[in-house]
Amino acid sequence: MQEAMIKRAKELLADGTVNRVLGWKKGEFAYDSTPSVFETAEELERDFVCNDFTQANLSKYLIKESRKEGKILAFLKPCDTYSFNQLLNEHRIIRENVYVIGIPGGPKLDVEKIKAKGISGITGISKDNFTIKIETLYGTESMPFYEAISEKCSNCKSKKHVEYDELVGDEGDILNSKRFDMVEKLENMTSQERFDFWQGELSKCIRCNACRNVCPACTCENCVFDNPKSGIDQKAAADCFEEKMFHIIRAFHVAGRCTDCGECTRVCPQNIPLHLLNRKFIKDINSLYGEFQAGADRTTKCPLTDYDVNDCEPSIVHERGVE
Amino acid sequence: MLKISAEKLNELFDKIASQQTLYIPVDREDKCAEFKKYESGMTLSKALNTVRSAKDFFLPQTENLAEFRRSGKTIEVKDIRKESEDFVVFGVRACDAKSFEILDSVFLAEPVDTFYKNRREHGTIVTMACTRPEETCFCTTFGINPTVPGGDASVYFDGESYFFVPFTEKGKVFMASISDMLEDGDVTKLSEVQAKAREIMTRLPLANLTTDSFGGEKLMEHFNSEKWAELSEACIGCGTCTFVCPTCQCYDIRDFDTGHGIKRFRCWDSCMYSDFTKMAHGNPRTSQLERFRQRFMHKLVYHPSNHEGEFGCVGCGRCLSKCPVSLNIVKVMKALEDK
Repeated sequence: MQEAMIKRAKELLADGTVNRVLGWKKGEFAYDSTPSVFETAEELERDFVCNDFTQANLSKYLIKESRKEGKILAFLKPCDTYSFNQLLNEHRIIRENVYVIGIPGGPKLDVEKIKAKGISGITGISKDNFTIKIETLYGTESMPFYEAISEKCSNCKSKKHVEYDELVGDEGDILNSKRFDMVEKLENMTSQERFDFWQGELSKCIRCNACRNVCPACTCENCVFDNPKSGIDQKAAADCFEEKMFHIIRAFHVAGRCTDCGECTRVCPQNIPLHLLNRKFIKDINSLYGEFQAGADRTTKCPLTDYDVNDCEPSIVHERGVE
Repeated sequence: MLKISAEKLNELFDKIASQQTLYIPVDREDKCAEFKKYESGMTLSKALNTVRSAKDFFLPQTENLAEFRRSGKTIEVKDIRKESEDFVVFGVRACDAKSFEILDSVFLAEPVDTFYKNRREHGTIVTMACTRPEETCFCTTFGINPTVPGGDASVYFDGESYFFVPFTEKGKVFMASISDMLEDGDVTKLSEVQAKAREIMTRLPLANLTTDSFGGEKLMEHFNSEKWAELSEACIGCGTCTFVCPTCQCYDIRDFDTGHGIKRFRCWDSCMYSDFTKMAHGNPRTSQLERFRQRFMHKLVYHPSNHEGEFGCVGCGRCLSKCPVSLNIVKVMKALEDK
């Protein structure tokens, strides 16, 4: 796959279709990579990587990149194309300046899941069918492939690319995922249990803003939490109320626009399952306004920014809130 | 050497905790370790390091400094600081122990930060020697020996027993307080464990990383490097690296209007943030490139320039494993030294 991508990228650079390539650059170890812009065939051959660990969603970088001179080639996984589409719908990306090649998605692996098994000193990782073999400073270890699958890929909603100029590999389908199972579990808790769950998770927050900054739906030029004029700017939570406030406000702000790409949870240094907040909103929108998937197409209006006489009344909040 | 067997470790923790507050690294549900106030029955984590560094004990993420209340034409200033109680932090690694020296050189220099000093004076650091370094470790680059971790007292684990060695007066007082639980032990096995750890250190993927290309005298060369543009390109401007870093020390001071008085607080700041060092006239660093450059110039050039060659990094590897896009000081060092 990686070789086919490099070959095609070199062709498109050579024939002048694009002047840059957005992909992932090899890192220090077997598992780390950095989103990167490549300008030459030599750079691509030397540094380009696409493997089981290249999880990062590249779509958000296109806000900046599509405003530069010339056209850029972007390799997008199925989930990344939803973010891309949503950003197009919000007029954040200039479509004609991007050449999208859809590439197969995951399941991608998360090295944290490998490390959680107590495997440390990792010097190499290889895959053999359903097992991954891990070379370490302390000997060779192995574990089932599925146990290392990243959170964002463990409940994949779609293998289908919703926007592209060409595909590498075959087109996939929208999947029947179990992504709302955990949300249901939380809904079925008592309000005290649910409060305790979120209190436990959100109290780990260090307000590094990684979730916000990586989020393709968070594209405000100046976030209220950074803007002294907003009156609610804050660099750190003063108490546990503020810890929750940041995340809840953020979840409300991306509601109806979040495509469930899972980047927030992937980047959280404290492993807070932030995607569950967003999924609750997605599930509620589905049940209150009918099935809706942000970024699925370029025409459907988001129910939260559209009006229909059949829309539920605000009193639904009270009705549903009664235990 | 004085030791206690592994099965008696919790009895020892109970004893320490009965005298003063004790913090130890424990595993969370997600298998990541964090320092927690010891309560009977807690198990010492086997993880190499905690997600958050031990700097939190001396430079907490948020802290109230003073309160103001206005009545008529007078402003009452209330000093709200509390004297810290004595506490012990057990299981600090060599990298974090070294970070305290770096923080000291900033906060204990004139004018002394009395809030920091207060906590430093009341904390006893009991370090723990590393036996299983990870691929992200590069403390030896900064002259740190993880098998001799320093602090007020050190603990060495040979797989069966924990051996204790005091270094400072505070460490001796700590040792005296637990001496009745310690017994003399044979260090043959410990020597083997130490030798093995040292051997592993030489085989770490980052073992050959050096600081040769860095220091105060390299100021303009690195500041003007054209590589910052490419290096910072993917940076998303979050504060993960700075907040998990044991040596990042920048903070912001703000006044918060409670509606019935003003609370002045400080909190960690991050040079990665768009409003970092924003002043009345504006912001001296308006691009992410400049902010990104600031972090690494501070650690590799400015800090050694201001502190007799001491670098502002301890090679703990936290930024390597936590950056959302895998940018880190190692990549920066390798790129800058590559002429």
